[in-house]
Amino acid sequence: MKLIMAIIKPFKLDDVREALTPLGVQGLTVSEVKGFGRQKGQTEIYRGAEYHVSFLPKIKIEVVVPADLTDQVIEAITKAAHTGKIGDGKIFVLGIERAQRIRTGELDNEAL
Amino acid sequence: MKKPLNLWGLSALVLPALLLALPAFADDAATAAAAAAAAAPAGPPKLDSGDTAWMLSSTALVLLMTIPGLALFYGGMVRKKNVLATLMQSFAITCIVTIVWTVAGYSIAFTTGNAYFGDFSRILLNGIAGFIVKGNDTQAFVLASGIKDVADMSTTIPETVYMMFQMTFAIITPALIFGAVADRMKFSAVVIFVTMWSLLIYSPIAHWVWAPSGWANQMGVLDFAGGTVVHINAGIAGLVCCLVLGKRVGYGSDNMAPYNLAYAVIGASLLWVGWFGFNAGSATAANGRAGMAMTVTQIATAAAALGWMFAEWITKGKPSVLGAISGAVAGLVAITPASGFVLPGGSIVIGVAAGVICFWSATSLKHLLGYDDSLDVFGVHCIGGIVGALLTGVFSYGALSATDASPDGSPGGLDQLKIQAIGVASTLVYSGVGTFILLMITKALVGLRVDAEEEREGLDIVLHGEQVF
Repeated sequence: MKLIMAIIKPFKLDDVREALTPLGVQGLTVSEVKGFGRQKGQTEIYRGAEYHVSFLPKIKIEVVVPADLTDQVIEAITKAAHTGKIGDGKIFVLGIERAQRIRTGELDNEAL
Repeated sequence: MKKPLNLWGLSALVLPALLLALPAFADDAATAAAAAAAAAPAGPPKLDSGDTAWMLSSTALVLLMTIPGLALFYGGMVRKKNVLATLMQSFAITCIVTIVWTVAGYSIAFTTGNAYFGDFSRILLNGIAGFIVKGNDTQAFVLASGIKDVADMSTTIPETVYMMFQMTFAIITPALIFGAVADRMKFSAVVIFVTMWSLLIYSPIAHWVWAPSGWANQMGVLDFAGGTVVHINAGIAGLVCCLVLGKRVGYGSDNMAPYNLAYAVIGASLLWVGWFGFNAGSATAANGRAGMAMTVTQIATAAAALGWMFAEWITKGKPSVLGAISGAVAGLVAITPASGFVLPGGSIVIGVAAGVICFWSATSLKHLLGYDDSLDVFGVHCIGGIVGALLTGVFSYGALSATDASPDGSPGGLDQLKIQAIGVASTLVYSGVGTFILLMITKALVGLRVDAEEEREGLDIVLHGEQVF
């Protein structure tokens, strides 16, 4: 099992979700996060006072999938979240040791 | 000078007796009354229910400007950690000034007294029920000038309504000040300072400008709804406060972006709506002058919002929401002294001038001079008030202020402009110096500013033990 963690632009969330459903992804977790990368933030001006906002709002998607699905999921997210402009985000992949569904006690791939 | 007022108070007691005795002295009384009518001005005008209804409504509208209008306008512009403290200032000031006004403020501002200060005949609103007979007012409120050749101020509404309407002005004026020192003033200092400021700065200036015995009124300073009394007064006090307290911790380096501009938009919109009570209500009647005051208020506000918006769009590249609402408030401020004196054409010029000039003062002048007026109280209220007060002297249309005694009214012109400048300058000096002295007294009593660590943590939790959410 792999945990795929993707940081994307907020308005791309629905596109990503629609791209993952056909692959058999049954669930995912979404958080509103802030951060910066090469985009480095933006400048806001309030009555002439300029503030450099270095932390921009992003969406973090966490989805755990069977190891053999990893490449397809990464490809689907990359395609759906792509705009070509700076700030599109990143994808990280981590290994998962164990998974368990709380209601039934099912384990690992059964639990996803 | 106190005599006329005391007479009215006495008349409540004497009148029923006189009425009973009247038939017996009918002949003598008729000749005496004719002589009296020739010598003295006619008795107080009757109440007018339409005027009274409008003034009751106006009073509620002006209260709406402070809570929640100004509270939300200011609360939305500060950082998240100071939202409640900012809302609390407006709310607490509403309560404090209500009591101060009741105890002595109204008496200082709106009794005959002398040219600078009222008298103490209305302490604790003593005598305000004097005209009420059988549950009804029989006489409208008249404020005697106390001077032979100066006309009394006659209304067609009860004194209670006049007192309440003016109370809402006394409330919003000090509430405006604290936008300049948002994020850093102690609440205890606010409470003490406001109590003194309302009594010693606001009430006397209101007396100068609005009481018939006031020197500015006699000189002919035109201020329909409070350009000098409210806005220049609060604006210069705000500047003095922010200079004395100093800049916010992290000013110029920390991100001080507004917490929730949607609150500020709601607040500014409520201010706009409430301002119809402020300006059109200052006619103290439901008449044509009130209608014209409402008309020019709407036009000037729109013109100023557009003026600021386009000025910002052209010079900074984007028309910001905060800019548009700031422009609207600048327009409302500038038309305040002029409403009731100017016509729609003049109001467009006043609006555009206020929008563009206040844009410059809040975005450029402030950074040029380097003071930290957090929410631009000086840049919008003082500068906007000065623009409006001076342009009132240019665009005033005589017929709107004409009376039987002065059939030409107060038309605009160079002479009027000079008088307006004197009104502006004396308000700036008295309020500026007075504010400084009261700040020093407050500082000696409780201190003015929270310490740097508390300021970083935020006033909500440090001063009030609460968080916005």
